[in-house]
Amino acid sequence: MQETANNLEAKRSIGWMGLSRGHKARPLEWLIEKGIFLVAISAILVVFLIFLFVLREAWPIFSGKANSAAARKVIPADQIDKLTPAQLQAYLELTPDEFNKKDKETLKLLMEVKEEAGKEAVPDKDEALNTTEWKYILKPYAWTGYSKPEYIWQPISNIKKYNIIPLIIGSLKTTLVALLFSVPLSIAAAIYVSQLANPKVKEWVKPAIEMLSGIPSVVMGVFALLVLATFLQTIFHYNSRLNALVAGVALGLAIVPVIFSIAEDALTSVPRSYVQAALAVGSSKWQAAWQVVLPAALPGVFAAVILGFGRAIGETMIVLLASGNASIMSASIFDSTRSITSTIAAELAEAVFGGHHYGMLFMIGTLLFGVTFVSNLMGEYIMYRLKSRLEGKQK
Amino acid sequence: MSHSNQQFKRKTFDFSSWFFTVLTGAATYLIVSILAVILLNVLISGLPRFSWRFLTGGTERDMFSVANAGVWPMIVGTSIRVFVMTLMVVPVGVITAIYLTEYASSISFLTRVIRGAVNNLAGVPSIVFGLFGLGFFISYVGKGLDHVFYAGGESHWGKPAVIWAALTLAVMTLPVVIVATEESLRSIQPGLREASLALGATKLQTIFKIVVPQAMPGILTGAILAIGRAAGEVAPILFTGVAYYMADLPHSLNDLFMDLGFHTFILASQSPNIEQTKPILYSTVLTLLLLTFGLNFIAVLVRGRMRAARRSVH
Amino acid sequence: MTDTPLKTVISRPGATSAAGDHRDLIHVRDLSLYYGASKALKNISISLKGNLVTAFIGPSGCGKSTFLRCFNRMNDLIDHVKITGLIEIGGQDINHREVDVIELRKKVGMVFQRSNPFPKSIFENIAYGLRLHGMKAKSEVEGVVEQSLKASALWDEVKDRLHSSALGLSGGQQQRLCIARAIAIKPEILLMDEPASALDPIATSKIEELILELKRDFTIVIVTHNMQQAARISDYTAFFYIGELIEYDSTVKVFTNPGRKQTEDYVTGRFG
Repeated sequence: MQETANNLEAKRSIGWMGLSRGHKARPLEWLIEKGIFLVAISAILVVFLIFLFVLREAWPIFSGKANSAAARKVIPADQIDKLTPAQLQAYLELTPDEFNKKDKETLKLLMEVKEEAGKEAVPDKDEALNTTEWKYILKPYAWTGYSKPEYIWQPISNIKKYNIIPLIIGSLKTTLVALLFSVPLSIAAAIYVSQLANPKVKEWVKPAIEMLSGIPSVVMGVFALLVLATFLQTIFHYNSRLNALVAGVALGLAIVPVIFSIAEDALTSVPRSYVQAALAVGSSKWQAAWQVVLPAALPGVFAAVILGFGRAIGETMIVLLASGNASIMSASIFDSTRSITSTIAAELAEAVFGGHHYGMLFMIGTLLFGVTFVSNLMGEYIMYRLKSRLEGKQK
Repeated sequence: MSHSNQQFKRKTFDFSSWFFTVLTGAATYLIVSILAVILLNVLISGLPRFSWRFLTGGTERDMFSVANAGVWPMIVGTSIRVFVMTLMVVPVGVITAIYLTEYASSISFLTRVIRGAVNNLAGVPSIVFGLFGLGFFISYVGKGLDHVFYAGGESHWGKPAVIWAALTLAVMTLPVVIVATEESLRSIQPGLREASLALGATKLQTIFKIVVPQAMPGILTGAILAIGRAAGEVAPILFTGVAYYMADLPHSLNDLFMDLGFHTFILASQSPNIEQTKPILYSTVLTLLLLTFGLNFIAVLVRGRMRAARRSVH
Repeated sequence: MTDTPLKTVISRPGATSAAGDHRDLIHVRDLSLYYGASKALKNISISLKGNLVTAFIGPSGCGKSTFLRCFNRMNDLIDHVKITGLIEIGGQDINHREVDVIELRKKVGMVFQRSNPFPKSIFENIAYGLRLHGMKAKSEVEGVVEQSLKASALWDEVKDRLHSSALGLSGGQQQRLCIARAIAIKPEILLMDEPASALDPIATSKIEELILELKRDFTIVIVTHNMQQAARISDYTAFFYIGELIEYDSTVKVFTNPGRKQTEDYVTGRFG
């Protein structure tokens, strides 16, 4: 009897610990936690949506649905009733808003104007071409007035030419100059700061270089436009003041902090014991840095260059201000050049909403996104592997 | 300098170390001096026209005339877009970071994919965010709102506006806030969470009473860095809401706005006479730099204080 | 701490009241715990008595801390942990689907190996738990704070600086603050996970004295790797080895006349 009494008392004193309550005891908290989950999921969803929505606007180009020829063929005004509203809108190159606001009379008037203009226009052998097809986008073509096949990006003209090769070359040219300028400089600086300089120097040099990344790119562009262009012209004596070299050097300056910090991070994460071991067998400080630390951190340096590449090829304002923006097919860095980014920035405002030019700009934006995404992924992955390897060794 | 002499080493002059230290040092100081040149250039050319009147004055339609130049509308526009962005990005970023560190399983494949995507987002070109803003916020969300509320009528939301520019920037700076918050959440010693839970606190109580207050400096740094980055960006707002010229300040969230960075771009690229525009261009640049550097400087200070505080804890 | 022979330690009065009318409070039946695929605790069955000090001893990695953390379900926080078997506290299956783990942790307090005061003031550290459980009135909170600090023998040392940071206290004081924090919410059971392992001998002996004081009001389960400590403060001792419960008996028995060879080897310092 005594035994059972004791047991009962024990039960009572410990309580029922909220039996049959569980999380239902705190509905508010349950709700808040669901809220947290919801917000986080939507934020993450937006991250994944970015690609989707850029691609969505570019889809007519990718799927081959866009047709630039449709707008050019003249349709007599009295055939207005035979066209569907969508066809009419495309024909008159109007945005849906503009189209909805106009009554039928106005639309007919516009068609008449277009018909008149069509009569006056010089006939062009390329009129019926759909220039948004991939063969015109990627391959050279002998356009009217040109004697041989050429790569031309010329969306504002009678025959809209959308060859993206000049833009790709323009982007690669400026990026290459930027890398040639910034890679040696920032890696040398990273070696100096992480291995050779005394700690006091490191303390102020590192933030100073990182401060460079705090300069907005439009400011760097202005500096390139006003100061760097003049400075480089007096050295190299080229003709066009704004060119791939000016843009590239300014771009290089902008990515110096990116390459520097990642390379410095990789070099610093090489265990100190490596250096001490090298010094112990009689290497000089430089030999230790060059023969021991740099090889160990080499993947990190490589990652730094890849991430720098991604940053440079996606940079807009510097190139827009300092490259001259002429889409010339040329290998020379002293020629004015036009990149993918500056093309989007300069032309999207004047492209007809939802039209093929608009789609084309989203298409090159998608390409740009793809390229930077892959290069970022590679860079991050290499860096991740390196860090886990070095940290693994340290243990 | 004879190295062939393999006697017991006396302290010989180590030429290669000296040479390469000088070489790499020169590269380092070249970078630093270019930074100095840029800053001095802006400061010297920008200061003469930089005045209270310039900061608080409006501008005329002819923005390139030096006489009446002012940047007040641009300061207001930039501040509004950054403010609205902050209101969006900080709560969402912090909550997402809380979810990722406190709730999501740290070893699940999905969490790793999400982390990778967030990190990668930080490297996506800003112009692509501009395209996204146009493609998603304006032509999808905005037009959708118009369709629902003003069927067939004028567009109220499906057009460039300060809200869309701010949201675009919020998406762009989301990784900055998430990464900074996650980092500071993870640096809190797990013992504190355990202690709180062992006292019978719920997870939510532990997060809001113990974890988040501890992570506050990190969250603040992330927010300031995000603001600093967004304030100077031009590419994402080009098609999402910036105006070349407005006679009036923006009144509502679906108005256009003028912007310091964009104004700088206009002055530099559209001026009929660049030599004449130069002084006000430089003063505008100076204003922009003061704004962004000021914010970055605050972030550095906060981070420094946070680290000092943390050192004293351990 | 020093070279005091074990037997003299054991014979100290007060540490040996093993028999008496203490009822069984915690029942564990056939408990196994898995980290993923590896089995960290193997089919443990044990009954712990109320208002006594039970010590878990064993070499590191033997699962004694993991076992301790089963009693307030702190293992819930770790991914991929699976528990089978039964743990009853006061007759209630604590792993039951409908048991509120928050209520459980109110009843089963815990003190950790590394002292972990919140980076708040001394006062706030203790008031935190009280406010969590709905104590609002300032005077009431102040009263309980004082009472808990007195119970953990810290009051005299900190009464003049209740509102300064807890991080300014010494290691031993921090640990006693953690004990005060745990007992402030009046749990039934107090789990202690090597509470003195990071402390110097003087601070350790203060903690031990405190434990002997506290056992009047609480059921204490303590994990220790220090056998003298187990002998000094506990009434019952359980010896674990690689996830298994090897021996469980009154402390006197375990240390003077162990039933198993492994236990004898361990308590006499032949391995561990």
